[in-house]
Amino acid sequence: MPTVSVPKQQFFELLGKQYSNEDFDELCFEFGVELDEDTTEEALKTNEEPELKIEVGANRYDLLCTEGIAQSLNEFLGRKETPNYKLSEPTTKLYIEPSTEQIRPYAAAAFLRGIKFTEKSYQSFINLQDKLHSNLCRNRTLVAIGTHDADTIKGPFHYRALPPTDIKFIPLFQTKELNGKELIDLYKQPEQKNNLGRFVHIIEDSPVFPVVMDNEGTVCSLPPLINSEHSKISLNTTNVLIECTATDKTKVEVVINQIVAMFSRYCAEPFVVEPVEVVSEHNQQSRFTPDFSSKTMEVSTQYINSCLGLEQPAQEICDNLKKLSLHATPSQKDGYLKVEIPITRPDILHPCDIMEDAAIGYGYNKLPKGEKLSSASFVAAPLPINKISDIFRAASAQASWIEVLPLTLCSHDENYKFLRVEDDGTQAVRLANPKTSEFQVVRTTLLPGLLKTVRENRKHTLPIKVFEAGDIVLKNEKLERKAYNERHWGAIYAGKNSGFEVIQGLLGKIMETFRTQWIADFGKAASTRGYWIEEDDSLPTFFPGRGAKVMFRPREGEDAKKIGTLGVLHPEVMKNFDVPYAASYVELNSEVFL
Amino acid sequence: MSDFQLEILLKLNELGTIGSTLEVFPNIDPQIVLSSLNSLKAHGKLDYTKQDKNYFTLTKEGDEIVAKGSHEMRLLQLVNKFSKLQIKEVATHMGADGKIGQAKAFKNGWISKNKDNELTVSDKISSVDAVVDETRDLLVKIQKGEYKSVDDKTLNDLKKRKLITAKKETGFQVVKGADFSTELTKLETDLTAGMVASGTYKDLKFKPYNFNSEGIFPESGALHPLSKVREEFRQIFFSMGFQEMPSNQYVDTGFWNFDALYVPQQHPARDLQDTFYLKDPIKSDLPDDKEYMENIKAVHEQGKYDSIGYRYNWKPEESQKLVLRTHTTAISAYMLKKLAENPKPTRLFSIDRVFRNEAVDATHLAEFHQVEGVLADYNLTLGDLIKFMEGFFEKMGVTGLRFKPTYNPYTEPSMEIYSWHEGLEKWVEIGNSGMFRPEMLESMGLPPNMRVLGWGLSLERPTMIKYGVQNIRELLGHKVSLDFIETNPAARLDEDLYE
Repeated sequence: MPTVSVPKQQFFELLGKQYSNEDFDELCFEFGVELDEDTTEEALKTNEEPELKIEVGANRYDLLCTEGIAQSLNEFLGRKETPNYKLSEPTTKLYIEPSTEQIRPYAAAAFLRGIKFTEKSYQSFINLQDKLHSNLCRNRTLVAIGTHDADTIKGPFHYRALPPTDIKFIPLFQTKELNGKELIDLYKQPEQKNNLGRFVHIIEDSPVFPVVMDNEGTVCSLPPLINSEHSKISLNTTNVLIECTATDKTKVEVVINQIVAMFSRYCAEPFVVEPVEVVSEHNQQSRFTPDFSSKTMEVSTQYINSCLGLEQPAQEICDNLKKLSLHATPSQKDGYLKVEIPITRPDILHPCDIMEDAAIGYGYNKLPKGEKLSSASFVAAPLPINKISDIFRAASAQASWIEVLPLTLCSHDENYKFLRVEDDGTQAVRLANPKTSEFQVVRTTLLPGLLKTVRENRKHTLPIKVFEAGDIVLKNEKLERKAYNERHWGAIYAGKNSGFEVIQGLLGKIMETFRTQWIADFGKAASTRGYWIEEDDSLPTFFPGRGAKVMFRPREGEDAKKIGTLGVLHPEVMKNFDVPYAASYVELNSEVFL
Repeated sequence: MSDFQLEILLKLNELGTIGSTLEVFPNIDPQIVLSSLNSLKAHGKLDYTKQDKNYFTLTKEGDEIVAKGSHEMRLLQLVNKFSKLQIKEVATHMGADGKIGQAKAFKNGWISKNKDNELTVSDKISSVDAVVDETRDLLVKIQKGEYKSVDDKTLNDLKKRKLITAKKETGFQVVKGADFSTELTKLETDLTAGMVASGTYKDLKFKPYNFNSEGIFPESGALHPLSKVREEFRQIFFSMGFQEMPSNQYVDTGFWNFDALYVPQQHPARDLQDTFYLKDPIKSDLPDDKEYMENIKAVHEQGKYDSIGYRYNWKPEESQKLVLRTHTTAISAYMLKKLAENPKPTRLFSIDRVFRNEAVDATHLAEFHQVEGVLADYNLTLGDLIKFMEGFFEKMGVTGLRFKPTYNPYTEPSMEIYSWHEGLEKWVEIGNSGMFRPEMLESMGLPPNMRVLGWGLSLERPTMIKYGVQNIRELLGHKVSLDFIETNPAARLDEDLYE
């Protein structure tokens, strides 16, 4: 969820009240935002202005600046009406050329005329663009915003895509003219890594770069990277051109609407915006932007009341919706409300969104508590494999082993090389984008986690006896998800000696718990259900001559199958995991007992 | 009882009191005396007090002086015998001792030296036989143990001259104890099966037990605190009629983890920064139900079921990306889709691992456990959800809940659940809940009046509070301390969850 910093003093002035933190918390709670931090104490030390850091919903782009939060809270408190946004006559056009199809096909523009910025509102204007860029615009991949001093450039404007070397201008905060290619080189410098360098990848490999130019060929911006120094805005700019370029045609409208909705309040005529005629015949996107045409949604009062467990008359619902900037009136359709969706509320997708606002307007904590849900007619049931796991867990702990819960992600080496096993590529799923080499694969055995746990606890009294009942993940091409979990149980004994017989005994104890007796002579002494172990030198994780497979015959007459392995761990394995002891290990596939 | 212990008792019986063990048992090592006395004291046979004895013994040189007289006396007698003695002759007669003797004799004024470097008896001495040999007399006194009559300065002087050595001996004064007798019965430390069988315990004396002790802890295994808390949650779910979901599927598809939940394909949660994607295998199949797929595409692209949709081009490739599930809600979605085949009131839950590609710190791990409940029924209200949450959390001793509006992409309305924390004196978030969006449910084919409540919380957070764990890495993963697992108490969520 995004966090927005607002100047405390100014903010409370906008709300017309000096709130105590407690009261403000309460207001936030009811409205559905959260006061994260009040920097008053810190600010006293650094002599800066105190700020409130407010966490807002990730879908409420209208709450990403001081103006927006104040407006919404004032409406919630009944102190203000939703502004009536109006368009003036358009004076110029923006031509979108077909060449942009290759890279960034959509654009929109608008003017804010006669604007008067203060230091605070100017800062807020810049901050809102940042917030939109990092949230809704997904780091400028979807939409990029450019703002310009309209008095330095002349319409009509042209949005086109050109080879990088054909675009020459002085970028914002630079002194030298650069072409598109030089610009990329500049922003790829290490010092730009966390700044503009983050956006270079969006266009870097394209043969053409998008560019917004005025009628005289002056470059306004090279989206999504940078505006030109020539048209840069300042605190004293009175006419602002806002242009947005995008790869998503829905979001470009949302973004430009949010900006003009928030800052048209500072125009000579408040809440009046000058639209731009966008000419984009090649993709049928010719239109005037921004679009303030009324959007409405019909919602049944019965639906709202049924979800809220209330029987409110239509007017009461309308009153509650008004607090959330939704203007509702009874519809011609009987039992329905016609709800106007303001340009600031693109989060309203479905009547359920209106229903939620009706609930917030009413107050979540005032809603009548339902009495409908009784637990009488439901039958509880555990997941069968969890029940099997619980038997393993109880039996292991009773046998004096300690349960541990290592992570399921590990490095490739831990899952293979450190265990002296080759990766044949058939088993482990590999992660594409881990942040550290600790997380490269999902384990295919419980052993790495157990060995790491022993390593971290090597000062513990010896012997160390730990177990885990957990999932491994294996690839399977035939499945929709291409991989599946398999529940395993693994137990280790580590100490001054290998403890092979102890681990063998634990296996016996566990098998006994699962109604499975040991059968002598490698399964030949009886033909009943049972288990035995057979030496298996194909297991490089174990010390030669000390590795075995666990064989299980589920019932009389059936073929026995391998359900796991046990043995003395190879000294190289111990060394690889930095465990200075000898150890024995057993691991079984728990699913055979389902 | 050792022979010596018996000897002590017999001696005590004979004397009534042993004034000093040093005198009575002069040849026994004081350490053995002490341990024997202690052992007898434990049986109440006797009591003792410690007595340190300081005394001096003569060195070899001191012994010689006692025998032959002091060096100065021997020199005086020598000079007297020859009436005149060349100084250089002294060493010939007396060796190294001559020099000390000469210095002392001069100091005592016993001898004089003439101009020919000859020693003569001093004029002051009228009769050599009448001269008192003080040094020897002192040594004789000390030898007799009468050192207390000699002043400290003189004693020190003799020590410096290496004629005497200081000694210390520890002795004990011993008196009879309450249970004195010359016989000794052994105190038993424990009641044995043999004593019970034979009845001998009746005649035996038992050593007093030290009750101010913890005893010997049994060797035992232990279950991990997280799984103990998990079991508490499971029992709560079971008591409310919930079935456990097959959440044993870590790898899931973009489709089930996001699209099915109405999370748009450009949503930040789908960023590489937040979600683990797979590179091998890399692409999933699409769900078998083609109609469902079409519904999802439509509801995302242009809207359906009264929704206006997100209005973007929905790409099946994005759905087919494989991820490590970021929430168990991916499984809930799959289960709800199955429910749509035969819709009926249903209660499901899971407690299992989820994965986030986050930077690891004290409160964040790349994997953790999510507790999730799903409840489907006809015409449910928000008030039903609130009431149900109160019942659910009450079972773990958490009451007085408040609900705050919030945003989740797949629930609307969404409510964060808060409870009052006595320790922190503020409202803390304990879970998240909501009603699943119609876009999600109706795409599956669930009837519009079937509403589904969902709620979730992490397993780690209440466990960390319960067991006072500050760093999540010390709870889940290999950095856990085995001592911590072995010693932690039972997880009773109903008992002071937030103490």
